Amino acid sequence: MTIVYVSRDSSALSLGAEQVSASIRAEAAKRNISVDLIRNGSRGLYWLEPLVEVVTDRGRIAYGPVGARDVPSLFEADFLQGGRHPVCLGPTDDIAYLKNQERLTFARVGITDPVSLDDYLAHEGYRGLRRALEMSPSAIVDEVTASGLRGRGGAAFPTGIKWRTVLNTASDTKYIVCNADEGDSGTFSDRMIMEGDPFVLIEGMTIAGLAVGATQGYIYLRVEYPHAHRALNQAIEAAYRSGYLGKDILGSGKCFDLEVRLGAGAYVCGEETSLLESLEGKRGLVRFKPPLPAIKGLFGRPTVINNVISLASVPIILDKGGEYYRDFGMGRSRGTLPIQLAGNIKYPGLIEKAFGVTLREILYDYGGGSATGRPIRAVQVGGPLGAYLPQSQFDTPLDYEAFSAIWAVLGHGGIVAFDDTVDMARMARYGMEFCAIESCGKCTPCRIGSTRGVEVIDKIIQGVDRESNLALLRDLSDTMLNGSLCALGGMTPYPVLSALTHFPEDFGISAAERAA
Amino acid sequence: MAEHEWDRERLLEIIRLNKDKPGALLPILHGIQDALGYIPPNSVPLIAEELNLSRAEVHGVISFYHYFRDAPPGKRTIYLCRAESCQAMGSEALETHAKRRLGIDYHETTSDGAFSLEPVYCLGNCACSPSIMVDKEVYGRVTAEAFDDIIENIQVNAK
Ligand SMILES: Cc1cc2nc3c(=O)[nH]c(=O)nc-3n(C[C@H](O)[C@H](O)[C@H](O)COP(=O)(O)O)c2cc1C
Ligand code: SF4
Ligand code: FES
Repeated sequence: MTIVYVSRDSSALSLGAEQVSASIRAEAAKRNISVDLIRNGSRGLYWLEPLVEVVTDRGRIAYGPVGARDVPSLFEADFLQGGRHPVCLGPTDDIAYLKNQERLTFARVGITDPVSLDDYLAHEGYRGLRRALEMSPSAIVDEVTASGLRGRGGAAFPTGIKWRTVLNTASDTKYIVCNADEGDSGTFSDRMIMEGDPFVLIEGMTIAGLAVGATQGYIYLRVEYPHAHRALNQAIEAAYRSGYLGKDILGSGKCFDLEVRLGAGAYVCGEETSLLESLEGKRGLVRFKPPLPAIKGLFGRPTVINNVISLASVPIILDKGGEYYRDFGMGRSRGTLPIQLAGNIKYPGLIEKAFGVTLREILYDYGGGSATGRPIRAVQVGGPLGAYLPQSQFDTPLDYEAFSAIWAVLGHGGIVAFDDTVDMARMARYGMEFCAIESCGKCTPCRIGSTRGVEVIDKIIQGVDRESNLALLRDLSDTMLNGSLCALGGMTPYPVLSALTHFPEDFGISAAERAA
Repeated sequence: MAEHEWDRERLLEIIRLNKDKPGALLPILHGIQDALGYIPPNSVPLIAEELNLSRAEVHGVISFYHYFRDAPPGKRTIYLCRAESCQAMGSEALETHAKRRLGIDYHETTSDGAFSLEPVYCLGNCACSPSIMVDKEVYGRVTAEAFDDIIENIQVNAK
């Protein structure tokens, strides 16, 4: 029976993958052909979704983008044997965008049936856990430290060091918390893992539990991700059924329980201490640090809190060794970064690359320039708290240190492109507005400063007392930078001031004034 | 009488199903909103009593989170993404169109009770911007015409 893949990834669904899948079933039934239709994750080639893949003796052949009404003609063209058709893309593995990636964390995404444990096992799944079960907790932590893995949620803190602290903090109860709040605009790699390969996250969390001596895990998932929620719960259930979660993992005597908890639409709950408050059933007010969550975290107990991608990178590190992972990358940015390319871009998608690739390569060699065909004028990297970069900075390599050297951040690896119709003063205004909407309210610079920031930028846009209002905006930004408790208030000046610095003309500042 | 009593039983059932979980309040609030579409103000004392919290604490939590609502929404809720990637692909124009077409602003419900409109800050569908979600269904590359089609389809299917 021919195997056909159509994605269940929510972005593929947002473009009609469900209808495509239904018409393939209907058309096959009509023609009395039996097909084995598998709903996979997405390959991350979003301009080609809905993508249909057929398994042939030449490997998997891709067709895309496929609309429901293309389906009869696909059957006519004998696509089940890899037949020619205007939307045929040839072997999936030969698509340059995909071929020129280093897919470590995303090795299985788009390839397997995300909720089939058998498929996971057939594709090197749970090898990391098996190895970890034979190691001491300290040796597991050493392996993660050796990999050079730094947190992919934004702050880039070394994961091994965090785990070491939790391991060394004595307590009868410890927790593993996965930060799946993925609030940053322009990012979707966490979602793709959870929808496309949920077992890799479950495995990573289980290994984390073994490493630090925690027996309970929570995945704090944003409520905006219903499809990820379903896939995670299906995978967790399957893992319990087969002894990969629960009382006696693979007969080792070790236990690990795992549960998904839903957020409720608050961006600030992605901040780790706010998230812990929320998990405890409270308002998501940011906590003062210290104490670190690693020492006093969820319900006051030592807690590992890591981003989805950080945890999902652990299985391959345990399977292939820390050195294998560390050999990718540059400088102190080791391994790979799942880059999410979005906004006004011709070929948006997921690009997992070793650190060191430049922004320009991503935008043009992969992204193909803007979707509108106009010049790319500005790019925001690292979510709503990330700086805007002008063309002159496009040669910066994706590397944590290279970005901080130009007063920018990589964050969670989201890249949003804007063409030359963008008004950067409006983007700066939005930056302040977003902060005002999402502020937890605990500290004044953020709560009041952001609201004031919107008013001040409005005046600048209207040309009212521009000089003094520009000075006020800089002052305000300074106060937020230095006086905020967390990075929501503390980093909102990044998009605001970078817009002002790199695109002063949008704030009514003429070239002559700039020179002065 | 009946409605109030029925509500109370149903609420208690949801609360009791979740109350022994650590950090039970959010699961309870989700349970109630999933079942009723909103969190009725008269559920607050009930929740507070069952969880040994003050009413003010429960209320504080409900009001902190954008997703929780204390009044019934329309039959379908449209979440329109206002975040950067969608802006780069024209979400502001879509927003203007949606508000005009529905005749409502954000946080409002159409007079026939069919639709509520809520802003949302990223749906993780940024590679297919601009993006909206209707209840739990995500739509990508939403033009003004596509928006109208989505609305009309829902209205036809509702008949
Ligand atoms: C306002 C704000 C929002 C954040 N949102 C997220 C998020 O959605 N996902 C995430 O993993 N980290 C987020 N972070 C970073 C977390 O606080 C924390 O650094 C991270 O979960 C640690 O995991 P990692 O070391 O694996 O990156 C956010 C931080 C701030 C200040
Ligand atoms: S900076 Fe803003 S979000 Fe962060 S703690 Fe202060 S008020 Fe809360
Ligand atoms: S910015 Fe709109 S879906 Fe992410």
